[in-house]
Amino acid sequence: MENKDKINDLQLCYHCGENLPHIKHTFDEKDFCCVGCVGVYKILSENNLCNYYAYNDAPGKRLTSETHFEYLDEPSIVTQLIDFKNQESTIITFYIPAIHCSSCIWLLEHLYKINEAIFSSRIDFIKKQVTIKYNHNQISLRKLVETLSNIGYEPLISLQDVVKEHSGSVNKALILKIAVAGFCMGNVMLFSFPEYFGLSSFEKQFQYLFGWLNLAFSIPVTFYCGKEYFTSALTSLKHKHVNLDTPLALIIAVLFLRTAIEVIFDSGPGFADTLTGLVFLLLMGKWVKQRTYHHISFDRDYRSYFPIAITTLKDGIEKPVPINELEIGDRLWIRNGELVPADAILIKGEAWMDMSFVTGESEPTHIPQGEIVYAGGRQTAQALELEVVKPVSQSYLTGLWNNEHYKNQQEKQNFNDSIAKYFSVAVFVIAFVSTGYWLLQNDSHKAWSAFTAVIIVACPCVLALSTPFTLSAILSIFDKKNFYVKNTDAVEQLASCDNIVFDKTGTLTSTENVDLAFSGILNDEEKKMIASLLRNSSHPLSRSVLENLQTTHFYPVTDYEEKVGKGLIGTINDKKIYAGSIDLLPKDITKEVANGVHIVIESQYKGYFMVKQTWRKGLKSLVQKLKNKFDLSILSGDADKDEVYLKTIFPDNATLSFKQTPHQKLDTIIQKQQKGNKVMMLGDGLNDAGALKQSDFGIAITDNINNFTPGCDAILNGKSLKFLPNFIQLSKDGLTIIKISFVIATFYNCIGVYYAVQGTLYPLVAAILMPISTITIIIFTTVATRWAARKNNLI
Amino acid sequence: MNILYFLVGCSILMALVFLAAFFWAVKSGQNDDMHTPGVRILFDDPIILDKNDKSHFTE
Repeated sequence: MENKDKINDLQLCYHCGENLPHIKHTFDEKDFCCVGCVGVYKILSENNLCNYYAYNDAPGKRLTSETHFEYLDEPSIVTQLIDFKNQESTIITFYIPAIHCSSCIWLLEHLYKINEAIFSSRIDFIKKQVTIKYNHNQISLRKLVETLSNIGYEPLISLQDVVKEHSGSVNKALILKIAVAGFCMGNVMLFSFPEYFGLSSFEKQFQYLFGWLNLAFSIPVTFYCGKEYFTSALTSLKHKHVNLDTPLALIIAVLFLRTAIEVIFDSGPGFADTLTGLVFLLLMGKWVKQRTYHHISFDRDYRSYFPIAITTLKDGIEKPVPINELEIGDRLWIRNGELVPADAILIKGEAWMDMSFVTGESEPTHIPQGEIVYAGGRQTAQALELEVVKPVSQSYLTGLWNNEHYKNQQEKQNFNDSIAKYFSVAVFVIAFVSTGYWLLQNDSHKAWSAFTAVIIVACPCVLALSTPFTLSAILSIFDKKNFYVKNTDAVEQLASCDNIVFDKTGTLTSTENVDLAFSGILNDEEKKMIASLLRNSSHPLSRSVLENLQTTHFYPVTDYEEKVGKGLIGTINDKKIYAGSIDLLPKDITKEVANGVHIVIESQYKGYFMVKQTWRKGLKSLVQKLKNKFDLSILSGDADKDEVYLKTIFPDNATLSFKQTPHQKLDTIIQKQQKGNKVMMLGDGLNDAGALKQSDFGIAITDNINNFTPGCDAILNGKSLKFLPNFIQLSKDGLTIIKISFVIATFYNCIGVYYAVQGTLYPLVAAILMPISTITIIIFTTVATRWAARKNNLI
Repeated sequence: MNILYFLVGCSILMALVFLAAFFWAVKSGQNDDMHTPGVRILFDDPIILDKNDKSHFTE
């Protein structure tokens, strides 16, 4: 018996690859861990889709809880979701988080084998999206989603439409502009060469042709590719401040005008090559700056976590209602695993709410009848009846997002824009002084050429390029260390922070390495009995307790019963064992501690397993490294039980605040900012969301990048928290690199200006100077960034 | 040398054709998904499974 069990341990589920439990399910000579996995296998084998298992070993995912899709029968909801519909067919795109391997692609693209009404399905693996075309006369949307769900690929249908929001993220217009600019640049370069190499008098006729061709190519570059620079410059001038686009727009305009005049009056070759090259490089810089993470969203709020509809009870009849239409007084029907979308009073049922989405604490809390259940809690026991007391958008936590006073108003000025002002002034002064000089000399031709040449040659092009190149190089270094920063502007914010605020639960503590402690003492025999009972359950808590017990031998269990959200009952060696929450235990045993897994063997109370928080590794050295350079503080929503321990780690001047409500957290950040501090906030749950959004640089910490994270500037994998000082230092080094490259660029500009003020800037000089300075800068920033990353131990 | 007029015209025309082709490719979404087609091409043609042949896939 024991021997056989040992072999069992080595066997894995054919579908999902998890360890087989004691009672394994066998079908078709294959072993499965649960009914769900068998179910998926049955569907696949009936439809000749077993190739699914051929491409990868155990490609499936264990089915979690059952979701109800009644709301997909509501036509108003359906029209919101679909992309396209005609008489015969409907096209819809789903986001499916479970997509993870080539088997998924294969299976989801063979959906038509499962149901004939599905015409075709197409996967975008990186975005984890599947686009399905189906006949809506034969299969309803609900049926389609249920089909997907039955084979383990449940689409995530949330209030914030992830699919539609992402669709516009790839900037095709910019790519087309780059193509046009590159095309024109190549041609203009070609037609400019003869001029530079010198044309014999015999070939002079071609000079005329090439000049006009160059002018023709400059027109789309100026008015199509460079259009955004003009509009941006105009808007910033309207608001009476100068951004980097202002001098750039001026230069493009001057280059174009001078080229046009020289070509039309046949007075010179013009600067078409400089113009097209400049616009091409500027657009490239813009493209490098646009970095898209398909798998991560930074702008998520509660809506991407909330379902699109919820079941309500009207006169005892279940009816799905879109969440936006929920009104005060509506009766909600919340089943096991469903989320409470609005603050509501508990009317009927046992509420065991998993508030991990809100607080980061994963253990369910019990809420008595008549009390308010806050939006964001997930029910982990049987169905509940609740009455809505506040609409979704004004609920306690969701209201945090609708606070309009966030930093949006205050312009974040980056280094480029702040220096553009001085740059523009300097260029204008030089340009006007040299023009004035030549006018005094009565040489109006030279005055014009000096004016235009100064503006052309003093191009802040390098400035516009060094920032995106440096910062996006830094972003990709961060990326490799599982630190995902929203955009390049955010890196500058990161460098400027002088205050760091931590949340405690989920941020300083880890949610992954769950440590369990038992309140009493168990002998080996009892451990074995408990382990034997628990190994039949797939509940995460049972699994972690089982792991903690480290037992290799098991007893057979009879009369096994699992009560959803409560616990397990079973008989082992004629002894009745209970494991679970306090409610499950026989009536005569009452204990004060409500949480945890309580153990009763033969009506004798043994104690309870409690999840103990574990601090993230390297926390001490992290604080050591940070404490000299930053003001540190902790804002925790929990009681102060860990204060003593935290005080030993954190320096004396650090403020440790406990029992903070989400609104207090937000207020603390605002107070710090009013004192002129730049605040970095690290948090994880929805309760930190307001503070994260308000802070100058909000980092959401998560152990699984695909999990929900509140809106923030960056997402950091918990394992990489120890690199935080290195990340900050690298971003600072990045800004230094940008400043140095600015000095280099100024040096090149001085050479150009030297010729320009004399009115003798030959187009060839400009055409050579600009690419050389650009190439120098790109090489410099790339090498310097790598060096800085190496210095900071990040590569 | 007048042939150059013709050649320059030809070269620009051809370049424009390529530019148009690129526009078409981007707009029709050919570059939207750079990963999945690479995986898709490796899938075998569907094999019709015989009842007796099922063990083939368990290995």
